[in-house]
Amino acid sequence: MPFVPHTEDDISAMLQSIGAKSIEDLFDEIPVALQSEGLTQVPEGLSEMAVTRLMQERAEQDGRYLNFIGAGAYEHHIPAAVWQLVSRGEFYSAYTPYQAEASQGTLQVIYEYQSMITALTGMEVSNASLYDGATALGEAILMAVRAHKKARRVLVPRTVHPIYRKVAQVMVQNQNIELVEVDYDRASGIVDAASLPAGEYAALVIPQPNFFGRLEEVDALTDWAHANGALAIGIVNPLSLALLKPPGEWGAQGADIGADIAVGEGQPLGCPLSSGGPYYGFMTAKMALVRQMPGRIVGKTVDLEGKPGFALTLQAREQHIRRSKATSNICTNQGLLVTASVMHMSLLGPQGLQNVAASCHANTGELLKAVASVGAKPVFAGPVFHEAVIQLAKPAAEVLAALRQQKIVGGYDLARDYPELGNALLVCATETRTAEDIALYAKTLAAAM
Amino acid sequence: MLIADLSRPGRNNASQAPAAVAVNDLPAHLLRKSAPDLPQVSEMDAVRHYTRLSQKNFSIDTHFYPLGSCTMKYNPRAANALAMLPQFLGRHPSADAATGQGVLACLYELQEMLKDVTGMAGVSLTPMAGAHGEFAGVAMIRAYHDARGDAARTEILVPDAAHGTNPATAVMCGYSVREIPTNREGDVDIEALKAAVGPHTAGLMLTNPSTLGVFEKQIQAIQQVVHEAGGLTYYDGANLNAILGRVKPGDMGFDVIHMNLHKTFSTPHGGGGPGAGPVGVSERLLPFMPIPVVGKAGDSYRWLDEKDIPQSIGRMSAHMGNLGVLLRAYVYARLLGRDGMHRVAEFATLNANYLMAELRKAGFEVAYPTRRASHEFIVSLKKLRDETGISAMDVAKRLLDKGFHAPTTYFPLLVPECLLIEPTETESRETLDRFVDALKEILHEARTDAELVKGAPYSTPVRRLDDVKAARELDLTWRMVGR
Ligand SMILES: Cc1ncc(COP(=O)(O)O)c(C=O)c1O
Repeated sequence: MPFVPHTEDDISAMLQSIGAKSIEDLFDEIPVALQSEGLTQVPEGLSEMAVTRLMQERAEQDGRYLNFIGAGAYEHHIPAAVWQLVSRGEFYSAYTPYQAEASQGTLQVIYEYQSMITALTGMEVSNASLYDGATALGEAILMAVRAHKKARRVLVPRTVHPIYRKVAQVMVQNQNIELVEVDYDRASGIVDAASLPAGEYAALVIPQPNFFGRLEEVDALTDWAHANGALAIGIVNPLSLALLKPPGEWGAQGADIGADIAVGEGQPLGCPLSSGGPYYGFMTAKMALVRQMPGRIVGKTVDLEGKPGFALTLQAREQHIRRSKATSNICTNQGLLVTASVMHMSLLGPQGLQNVAASCHANTGELLKAVASVGAKPVFAGPVFHEAVIQLAKPAAEVLAALRQQKIVGGYDLARDYPELGNALLVCATETRTAEDIALYAKTLAAAM
Repeated sequence: MLIADLSRPGRNNASQAPAAVAVNDLPAHLLRKSAPDLPQVSEMDAVRHYTRLSQKNFSIDTHFYPLGSCTMKYNPRAANALAMLPQFLGRHPSADAATGQGVLACLYELQEMLKDVTGMAGVSLTPMAGAHGEFAGVAMIRAYHDARGDAARTEILVPDAAHGTNPATAVMCGYSVREIPTNREGDVDIEALKAAVGPHTAGLMLTNPSTLGVFEKQIQAIQQVVHEAGGLTYYDGANLNAILGRVKPGDMGFDVIHMNLHKTFSTPHGGGGPGAGPVGVSERLLPFMPIPVVGKAGDSYRWLDEKDIPQSIGRMSAHMGNLGVLLRAYVYARLLGRDGMHRVAEFATLNANYLMAELRKAGFEVAYPTRRASHEFIVSLKKLRDETGISAMDVAKRLLDKGFHAPTTYFPLLVPECLLIEPTETESRETLDRFVDALKEILHEARTDAELVKGAPYSTPVRRLDDVKAARELDLTWRMVGR
């Protein structure tokens, strides 16, 4: 029996101890009418060898493609040590660290993670993770509304990932919170602070880089939010922060410098693409907002002998203590991915991450030159991090299909969410793309157009 | 020792990152001015540091971990290895479905198996944990009432034994919460339920077997009361392991359910996650399922989205939830197969009832002595505390010294000094016997040397931690020290 160690002798001895005749008897409190006939759609069990064969066939069926696509999920090199360590049973098969003394490994990993992600974002505090970047945005909006106390409207630019906006909408819509869409400047592909609508808002969401890969004028937007009594919520690519100004420093010099909350998708820091998950959402904030945060938080403390140790803290925010008055319903989070991220950041270090970020930026620059030379010009003027929108001669879907024939995933089609941009394609070249890859892309693109 | 303590300026791992390239085409005011405070350590130092940290954890791979309501069973290694095949890891989430027919086939088959296991009409895999599934489920309940123009339904009912995520979820979906008391047998107080329902009732959230470790015998009557009042019923599938393949929530009359694949389908809990919380729905909630769902036409698979399910509550994640977790669950399901799944509930229940019987013989008091255990049961240490001053917390900590992870403590709140014990089907009789022996020893220690138990644990990397200090003098990052 797979994963059940009982021998016949065990079973009879155990039943005898219980005073039952059969295992069936143990279910005698369940009304007979509810007992099912059994499973019909579940096939017979397979050996590990047979399942391995099956999964390998499925994997080969999918094959491998050259990615020139980002749109919120980026292919990066991950040191081999990361997932070998993450897969250690002591990390992999532990539960949430409820018994602190038996979970110091996990707890210290989270404390180190909180230290590293706040170093990158320039923020003061972090939680232990949320489900993904999109739900982190939703939670940030809920948190901002709680903190603001008066306004229930939040400004969300169209330069935020379209799916993140949809997910946030699902999360806030039943709590009388209104997400007010802000359009972008057609020439530059960023939000013009001067165009923001007057009014009382709980927060302004500021993406950096934005969904088009463009760099927003984060200082002006942060200052606008603060001048209008709104919180500034940064939504950032954590890798980009090895190069870019961290949200904690956004805005002109002054007392309320910096975004109030900074969230994003942790995937670029050690999580494989994996068709979309598991990744993790990070959430960081100013200290003043720590009691409004959702999710688990780890603090350093001492044991009864004065020895340093780690424990879950500020739990009075959470569902298992506060129930209906909790800051969120989140319980299980994405702990193992945070574990991967801590190791990834440690193995790359500040210099390594900066080199990766700079290399992504340079490769995307090369990609843009190469595709421009075959007639696909950037749609927006102005600086990008490692992604950009290009204009094609044909609908992007047709071009992508042709690229796919050459084993290239050629970009993200913007037609559905941004029809005003014409045949626009969002492309990306991370540090994993070589000069040959880029040349192949341009050549294949030229043929496809 | 923190990783930061190993850091030395200028140390790096040249083989892990590309060479430095100058960036001089970005405006200065958008750039970072000083490097982030991240560790500068060698690869070997990092590997040693995190290996040592791992050794400070209890885990299923190292310890019996009978954490009630959490289903800490063995996580088959094959599931991890096969979900991490390079083609699966390298696939971009927005790549066309044509490049992912293999992975989509796995997901589609998982959907079909979960429909069978739950007896529901449709399954959406996208929620990323139990609580996320709860959110999807209650949002669907709301969408259903809204679609009928039934705006008066403003309240969700939960039993007082419910997990904290249930009431927290109801509030996130814009509902108020009313708690229904539990009777002496551990079942819902049905008279109280009858008095609570009405035109304001949106639905009831219920875990069955409940978090008290017993099967709710009056489930059919409960369904009738709620449905007659016009409410819908939600099944919290955290305890599905107890009835897998034996009782289907759909047959119990539930309208919507979530499963915790990181419990019942043995995907690893990862020290806090990731999980997966697929939702199953009855016919009448099919139009509201969260997207994407995997559809099949002929031999090919594709994502169904808002065009296919226009009344959907929408998207729960940026992509398809915790897809790698879903693959692990799929592998587990294929390894078990139909018969293996039936055995899960049988042996989880056998182990729980055996452990309960043995502990009673050893002098422990169980919360519901007239009831069968489901896959878990509750020991109440109230008498022991009155007699010796030893609390459930003390016993839990002392168990760590004996080489066992503690059961769930102080949940559900309505049983004083409770230990919620869930052995799972993957534990052998010898392990259960050793656990009973350990608890017997602790009982003896409590009566003869209470201070010893109160001071536990002694053998863990740290002894009892000062939680008050942790909350009062917040030290949440290594830069906060001394604040
Ligand atoms: C009864 C019950 N419901 C819901 C949940 C929440 O599930 P998750 O932690 O996956 O969000 C749990 C998890 O511990 C639970 O035990």
